[in-house]
Amino acid sequence: MPLAQTSTTVPVVVNDDLCIADKGCTVCVDVCPLDVLRIVETDDGGKTAYMKYDECWYCMPCEADCPTGAVTVNLPYLLK
Amino acid sequence: MDEILDGLTQIDCDILVIGGGTAGPMAALKAKRKNPKANVVLLDKANVKRSGAISMGMDGLNNSVIPGYATPEQYTKEITIANDGICDQAAVYRYAQECYGIIQELDEFGIRFQKDENGEYDVKKVHHIGTYVLPMPNGDTVKKALYRQLRKARINIINRYMATRLLTGEGRVAGAICVNTRSAEFLVVRAKAVIMGLGAAGRLGLPTSGYLYGTYENASNSGEGYAMAYHAGAGLANLECYQINPLIKDYNGPACAYVAGPMGGYTANAKGERFIECDYWSGQMMQEFYDELQGGKGPVYLKLNHLAEETVAEIERVLHIVERPTRGHFHQGRGTDYRKQMIEMHISEIGFCSGHSASGVFVDEHARTTIPGLYAAGDMANVPHNYMLGAFTNGAFAGLDAADFIADVDFASFDQGEVDAERTRVLAPTKRDDGIPPNQIEYKTRRLVNDYLQPPKVTAKMELAQKRFEEVREDMDQGMYVRDSHELMRALEASSILDCADMAAAASLYRTESRWGLYHNRVEFERDNDNWFCHTILTKGDDGKPAHRKQDVKPYVVEIAEDEKDAYDKQRVSATVAAE
Ligand SMILES: Cc1cc2nc3c(=O)[nH]c(=O)nc-3n(C[C@H](O)[C@H](O)[C@H](O)COP(=O)(O)OP(=O)(O)OC[C@H]3O[C@@H](n4cnc5c(N)ncnc54)[C@H](O)[C@@H]3O)c2cc1C
Ligand code: SF4
Ligand code: SF4
Repeated sequence: MPLAQTSTTVPVVVNDDLCIADKGCTVCVDVCPLDVLRIVETDDGGKTAYMKYDECWYCMPCEADCPTGAVTVNLPYLLK
Repeated sequence: MDEILDGLTQIDCDILVIGGGTAGPMAALKAKRKNPKANVVLLDKANVKRSGAISMGMDGLNNSVIPGYATPEQYTKEITIANDGICDQAAVYRYAQECYGIIQELDEFGIRFQKDENGEYDVKKVHHIGTYVLPMPNGDTVKKALYRQLRKARINIINRYMATRLLTGEGRVAGAICVNTRSAEFLVVRAKAVIMGLGAAGRLGLPTSGYLYGTYENASNSGEGYAMAYHAGAGLANLECYQINPLIKDYNGPACAYVAGPMGGYTANAKGERFIECDYWSGQMMQEFYDELQGGKGPVYLKLNHLAEETVAEIERVLHIVERPTRGHFHQGRGTDYRKQMIEMHISEIGFCSGHSASGVFVDEHARTTIPGLYAAGDMANVPHNYMLGAFTNGAFAGLDAADFIADVDFASFDQGEVDAERTRVLAPTKRDDGIPPNQIEYKTRRLVNDYLQPPKVTAKMELAQKRFEEVREDMDQGMYVRDSHELMRALEASSILDCADMAAAASLYRTESRWGLYHNRVEFERDNDNWFCHTILTKGDDGKPAHRKQDVKPYVVEIAEDEKDAYDKQRVSATVAAE
């Protein structure tokens, strides 16, 4: 039984123009209590944080601790 | 990151503290200060900097006993009554005596508490009888302040390791088995004493939004504390006394009568009428809430729209920046404004948490569990109505006692077979080629919890739940499948959640009476003081299933007069207060 690819809209968005992951920043990934953020390579060869797993408590340490204000926490669609 | 690696490391420490949320850090600090030579390890599934219920901060201390406002005797009496009499008072009384000292220590850490113009603590009345709520104007700094202290005290912090099982041997605790949440590598920690502060079982029921992580509790608290204690053979008390909270509908955060109440806000029915006397969370209060919803007078609302602009602005300032700072976004998205309309509330999913009830791993006034060397504090230990200051204070008791305990003992030896068995169990979902992902196992378990375990409790429904849980367990054991170590963490959580669901059903079936208002409303049974004025203790039976026994409530330290005992039963307002 192979797994399906069911899409889901994620609540946390990162502005990759502001994100300085390519300078080594991982702050949001480090602080998230649910461990749902990761760093990925962008199309232009840079790096950015993004929400990999839709498992968010909408608690906000990622947004509060980001040094450049790149993270915005929205409410998960199911409850907003 | 996230690939599954094969690895196992073993380390030794004197005291292992599991859970770096609220109780855990205080336990680690106290132990280290008492015995600076001790090697104290604080281990967390998340990152201690931002983990646990107080991750973003707290609005205030819900249960502070401050000289001049309340006495330890008054507090002990109130909590005993709020908890329907089932309370070993020694732990509550010791907390009430010593929590003021902890407040002063927190003050020294840089956490400010609200004072009036005379420089006295500005304590507010929210409870039915006494005055205990102390606001924290810079409550958003609490976790940072705590973290600074941990660094200063050179506590050894290990992040992103999830504890899965305790090790025991020679009749006492021997350590714990932990798994890295980003690599699946194992860490076996040998310890002379273990302190558990893993928080509530917050992912037991499913929120009505259907979003698995939209829980009231911090969603990383998935019940491992209870599951680990159970599998190690510790006693768990009164698990049938669920936690159920009155929350903002869908957002699922506290409506915060504790903040808004003293400023004139209250819980109202659809007509804007007050129907409960006191907004302090108790089972009796939740029963009235439920009756109002079911009785055709709902929805139930948080009512602030009769208050002056400055008051509403002040409430917003507190509620929208500290505890759950996304709350402002939520209201904005819905177009709701406290000034203009009442805010819809509802009843939360069920969970285990002593914060507002009485369930949890059984402990005494030293935070000792029934296993020597094993301690528990905070939301997962059964000291009733703990809240944040209870987590700090009982965490302190655990740390202090553990520092003494390790002085006289060496490591207990344990059976290496336990480690091998746990590795096999943990890694099983990584060995399959396909199967059921953990989110489906979890969703199904929690949906069944809602369908069959949510009060009012019905025997036939709970028995059905047990049957269905067995089927899910079979699926989990034989067919759960994960692709990376992050999913493996979720798989292990699904397993703890299922253990907690089994315990919730078994404990609820055992107590054949109704008690604690809605928390244990068993429709076929009346309250029965003759047979059930006692704790129920759940342990793992020889057949691997929950076993039960009754345990006497210890003689009260603070006597309660006959006519005081039902103070919390009288929650409904007698003549309805008209809406403004
Ligand atoms: C939304 C909300 C609002 C609240 N408001 C107030 C208030 O205003 N005033 C008040 O007094 N109280 C309040 N409380 C209650 C108070 O916050 C809690 O009672 C207290 O913080 C609990 O502390 P704890 O140490 O038991 O749990 P937590 O602080 O939640 O810590 C548990 C820790 O265990 C870790 N953990 C979990 N599982 C594992 C595992 N398997 N391995 C390793 N680590 C693990 C978690 O990552 C976490 O760090 C509130 C609670 C919530 C949820
Ligand atoms: S904290 Fe901000 S800057 Fe750093 S990785 Fe995350 S989004 Fe990028
Ligand atoms: S809001 Fe909380 S759970 Fe969601 S990504 Fe940010 S830190 Fe993680």
